[in-house]
Amino acid sequence: MAALLLAFVSVLGCDTARAAEPLEIHIGVITHKAPPPALYELDPTPEDEAAAGAGLAIDDNNTTGRFSGQRYVLDQAVLDKGQSPVEAAVKLADGGAKYLVVALPADELLAVADALKGRPVLVFNAAAQDDRLRGADCRANVFHVPPSRAMVTDALVQYLATKRWMKLFLTYGPTEADKLYADALRQSAKKFGLTLAAEKAWTFGPLARARSDSITQSDALVFSRGTDYDIMVVADEEADFGDYLAYRTWDPKVIAGTQGLIAASWHRAQDAWGSAQLQSRFFKRAKRTMRPIDYQAWVAVRAVGEAATRTKSADPATISTFLVDPKFQLAAFKGVPVNFRGWDHQLRQPVLIAQPMAIVSVSPQPGYLHQRSVLDTLGVDQPESQCHLP
Amino acid sequence: MPYIVKAVLLGLATTLLAGTAQAYTVYVSNEKGNSITVIDSETQTVKQTVPTGRRPRGITISNDGKSLYLCASDDDGVEVIDTATMKVARTLQSGPDPELFILHPSGNPLYIANEDDALVTVVDVQQNKVLATVPVGVEPEGMGISPDGKMLVNTSETTNMAHFIDTSSFQVIDSVLVDSRPRFAEFNKDNSKVWVSAEVGGTVTVIEPATRKILKRIEFQVPGVTAETIQPVGVRVTKDGKTAFVALGPANRIAVINGETLEVEKYLLVGQRVWQLAFTPDEKYLYATNGNSNDVSVIDVASQKVIKTIPVGEAPWGVVVSPN
Repeated sequence: MAALLLAFVSVLGCDTARAAEPLEIHIGVITHKAPPPALYELDPTPEDEAAAGAGLAIDDNNTTGRFSGQRYVLDQAVLDKGQSPVEAAVKLADGGAKYLVVALPADELLAVADALKGRPVLVFNAAAQDDRLRGADCRANVFHVPPSRAMVTDALVQYLATKRWMKLFLTYGPTEADKLYADALRQSAKKFGLTLAAEKAWTFGPLARARSDSITQSDALVFSRGTDYDIMVVADEEADFGDYLAYRTWDPKVIAGTQGLIAASWHRAQDAWGSAQLQSRFFKRAKRTMRPIDYQAWVAVRAVGEAATRTKSADPATISTFLVDPKFQLAAFKGVPVNFRGWDHQLRQPVLIAQPMAIVSVSPQPGYLHQRSVLDTLGVDQPESQCHLP
Repeated sequence: MPYIVKAVLLGLATTLLAGTAQAYTVYVSNEKGNSITVIDSETQTVKQTVPTGRRPRGITISNDGKSLYLCASDDDGVEVIDTATMKVARTLQSGPDPELFILHPSGNPLYIANEDDALVTVVDVQQNKVLATVPVGVEPEGMGISPDGKMLVNTSETTNMAHFIDTSSFQVIDSVLVDSRPRFAEFNKDNSKVWVSAEVGGTVTVIEPATRKILKRIEFQVPGVTAETIQPVGVRVTKDGKTAFVALGPANRIAVINGETLEVEKYLLVGQRVWQLAFTPDEKYLYATNGNSNDVSVIDVASQKVIKTIPVGEAPWGVVVSPN
């Protein structure tokens, strides 16, 4: 009897949706097929990274949509090696997706944005942290959810400054991304008054991926000898050697940067401000923990949903205008509302400071002030920005 | 002049009430302490600390004061605690992850927000039977019920709506869009208003229940406190509807609002991250849980002053006062 009654009530619940045809909003997601794991990978990239976050946000938008007369549909494109992201994007747009969530490297993101220029389609960057995308290479049809490298290193360096760990030993890897991260770190150190006691390129190869039976290079063990510093900061975006450094420095020093103490938009240990609910919804759906790119895709799709609910519109031009309006306030489990900067379309957001198993702090740190929003102490501010949107 | 008259009357009322002051029992759920702190309202001291299930949050009490209902959310169930022995008498079906709930004014049923499943579960507390489940928005939390028991308001934190539910048909009859992350709903005793707090939006929306028209969106400005830290959660309105109290979270303040003009009149400094509020039945005192300073602030309602801070367990969340 109870079961019968339950079923009955559920049916009634569905009937509460608006009688009129719901407004249908298609959101596309473009990702690469996960690369084969590197040499030795403890934590490989999941097949559904980004798509799982976007999918959860579609579910969330649809729960809300029941009451606001909107229906959200996820259109997914997973690129095989060598497949053109531009073709996939155009196909999604031709199929009716007016919003594309893109988890692609910077150049591919730009190619997609430029191919869609002039069409009523908004592109959401869900993965690329390159500052140039928010600077000289910014585009009017692109919104950026991930914190830029400058935001990430500002967030980290603010925390180090708060701890008065002022003398840095910078170790950087050989890739282009490592160079960009190292540049951002230098810039942040300068901005917040920290000094670089030493800078060294890592030349010993991907030792973090070496098996325990491979040869350890003795040079790597004396690499940090003879320098007076407070903390070692590492630029290793591929995670090839950063995890090798901890407990192998000459002096007993801690590690921060791309490994050790990191700064990120999201972390599996994050549970404050209701985050535990998002984490558990995600885990239930994806059967794994939420990663930063999942979170960023979730925020992108929720931003579209929230803007569509508030403006009662599915028109990209209306949504685009509303996303940079101070009235747009997305609850994104960071304790304060997040919204997009008008001058470069970057999401203004608190950045988590975390170690592998726990949250350590959240930046901006107390005491860093800004005339507009304390969140604007992170990243390139309006007067310095090289982005000049029409 | 009218102000003075009011003050004199208030003073008189206080004196009268003080003459008949009764000792109530205050129950505070400590989310991280996994316990309930029991406070005597006459001596304002802790009488007892009772261990509970994991993550106790929402807490309420039966009309006869004999049963406490507690959401111990990491264990999917609502504990019914016998206030005479402070032992769990039974566990009610609740649906998964119950966070907050409200009793029908008659004392039955109990309406539970199931945060993870976008549902409101209606449970008969006598027969321990689920009467209905009502699909609502994402992360339902706040629950308010009209004094006549006919209308239930549930707030959904990610959908950002106040859902108006007819308690006889269990249907959502209307949904009102409010500011980000609505946490709490509170009706006036005369059914004229329902107050919905928005934690991330930093506002309280006052809605007319009959028409679902927004009467006012109340904003807060506390000197020396950044706008981002003003995060309204708990709301309580006096029986006469003249004064509302709103807990402002990490702003560490309670806003006092004129219930007629809907203007903020003052801010009371309390402990850190103040969340939930409860009056004594005579409305002499208001208790406020301070989640980050692990204490409860006691406010003298007539003088609108914080008169005492009582240390409780770790991360106090909800608070309820015995009816007798």
